[in-house]
Amino acid sequence: MSYRRFLRHKAAVLGLSILIIISLGAIFADVIAIEPEATFYSFDELQTKKWLPPLTDGHLMGTDDIGRDVFSRVVRGARVSLRVGFFAVGIASVAGTLIGLAAGYFGGWVDQVVSRIIDVMLAFPDLLLAIAILAALGPSLVNAMVALGLAGIPGYARVVRGATLAARELVYVQAARAVGMSDTRIMLRHILPNVLSPILIMMTLGLGGAILAASALGFLGLAADPPTPEWGSELNLSRAYLRTAWWVSSFNGLAIAVTVLSVNMVGDGLREALDPQASSWAR
Amino acid sequence: MGGYIIRRLLYTIPVVLGVLATTFILLRLIPGDPVDLFYLGGQDPSGTVSFVVTPSQQGAYDALRKEFDLDKHIVHQFFIYLWDFIRFDFGKSIRSQRPINEIIGDHWPATIQLTVAGMGIALVIGIGAGVISAIRSHTWIDYASQSFAVLGVSIPSFFLGVILIIIFSVLLGWLPTISNGHGKELILPSITLGTAASAILARLMRSSMLDVLSRDYIRTARAKGLRERAVIWLHALRNALIPVVTVAGLAFGGLLTGTVIIETVFTRQGLGLQLISAITQRDYPVVQGLVMLAALLYAGMNLIVDILYTYIDPRVRLVRASV
Repeated sequence: MSYRRFLRHKAAVLGLSILIIISLGAIFADVIAIEPEATFYSFDELQTKKWLPPLTDGHLMGTDDIGRDVFSRVVRGARVSLRVGFFAVGIASVAGTLIGLAAGYFGGWVDQVVSRIIDVMLAFPDLLLAIAILAALGPSLVNAMVALGLAGIPGYARVVRGATLAARELVYVQAARAVGMSDTRIMLRHILPNVLSPILIMMTLGLGGAILAASALGFLGLAADPPTPEWGSELNLSRAYLRTAWWVSSFNGLAIAVTVLSVNMVGDGLREALDPQASSWAR
Repeated sequence: MGGYIIRRLLYTIPVVLGVLATTFILLRLIPGDPVDLFYLGGQDPSGTVSFVVTPSQQGAYDALRKEFDLDKHIVHQFFIYLWDFIRFDFGKSIRSQRPINEIIGDHWPATIQLTVAGMGIALVIGIGAGVISAIRSHTWIDYASQSFAVLGVSIPSFFLGVILIIIFSVLLGWLPTISNGHGKELILPSITLGTAASAILARLMRSSMLDVLSRDYIRTARAKGLRERAVIWLHALRNALIPVVTVAGLAFGGLLTGTVIIETVFTRQGLGLQLISAITQRDYPVVQGLVMLAALLYAGMNLIVDILYTYIDPRVRLVRASV
């Protein structure tokens, strides 16, 4: 039923199609890219190769300050960004769900401790917790992924805890408990399916947020090291020659915007499909 | 009423203590302590490079450890940290030896100006677009503003900043690329900062306004022949703003952190740039001080919003007082 509602949502279908194309690009990056991953040119070669504008000599998006094909690097960047986004969301959603389930189901002191920790973590504004964790771990791409994942945990834990509190009182959950089913089994078999749609919606919208946040960390020079074709850090480095070659910054920025936009369109569609009640007042 | 505010104030205390403990613990989880890392310099901090203090350095090393209280037990350190915090003493930089209060004093105006200007842009555009979208719902102007709302949250602020620089600084030459002061220099950075928040607010304002416009009291106002403009701006807007106030408070946190990115884009000498350079130089006391400051400002803002809320919406007062 709900997938039909999703398919009726034109923007969501468009977003999904773009996202599939980007993912295919990321998977087959080495086939699509016209240049091997690590390409370096000699000083003499550079004179004819650097800062070529888009659509010259077969360079769809031009070349950068050291003569590399921008299109090849943008395509490889998709792999980096999607990987970071999926891992961050994966860490946050799995850990957050388990913690939220436990807090909501057991209640008592478990709930008290978890809820206070969530309160404190949510007391940090937006990206700041991730930046603080990253500062402690030291700037690198893997650490950025971990930091974004950890910073995302409280959001999931809170939503899942709330949904679990409600699901715990359902008659069949009570029945399962009455017949002596184990707590783990009740949580995973009977409660988890009930809280799955809010988690799914949060994960999709969170994926856009994670990709955006990861590129911001890259832009700040806290994530990827220079040779890695990460969109945010590429954009940051290419700002130095913005007046000479606008295309390097622009295509990397555009790649982030299009990816995040398509993920968000899918997320909106999912929300309306899975949670029609919420969307009736949300729009 | 007063009881609610007092309870809300009391609730802030454990949260602030928690934030203090978190920043304290986070920066002590790092392999080696700040002083070790200082001596390690630019070398690999993961510990694969063996780190030896030469006999000639030993004296200075011990002195520095003592100065930053790193020779004491960790619980003892935490209480020193708490006591310093109560006296608003954030410590000093390991690199430059400057007191962090001085760093904050020098750089906070640039950041606060930017945050406030960004918030202003977000509120004006967000509320304006949301209201227009709601009263002209399902027309081209509504679709345009809704597309803006989706685009606004998807475009990275640093990319938006670069686009604005290309258009208004490089091509037209109207505005500077580097922004340090206020006035004209603040235009591009505050638009860049406020766009994402304005998109979120526009979307919320639209749905909230549509909801309010379908209520009975609005029908009554129209039925008694009130002009449409008065119905919308006087009667509907007040109630429709209620959910927007909460989200605006939350958005403040996003804007505050967003200044880190915007200051990097426009080379603005605010606290954000200080934070980034402190992180890359592994100047932990500075990182700790600035993160704390941001978290406290955010907690303060949320406190203000919650109290404001009881004035705007008396129902909240009643419901919460009974809990």
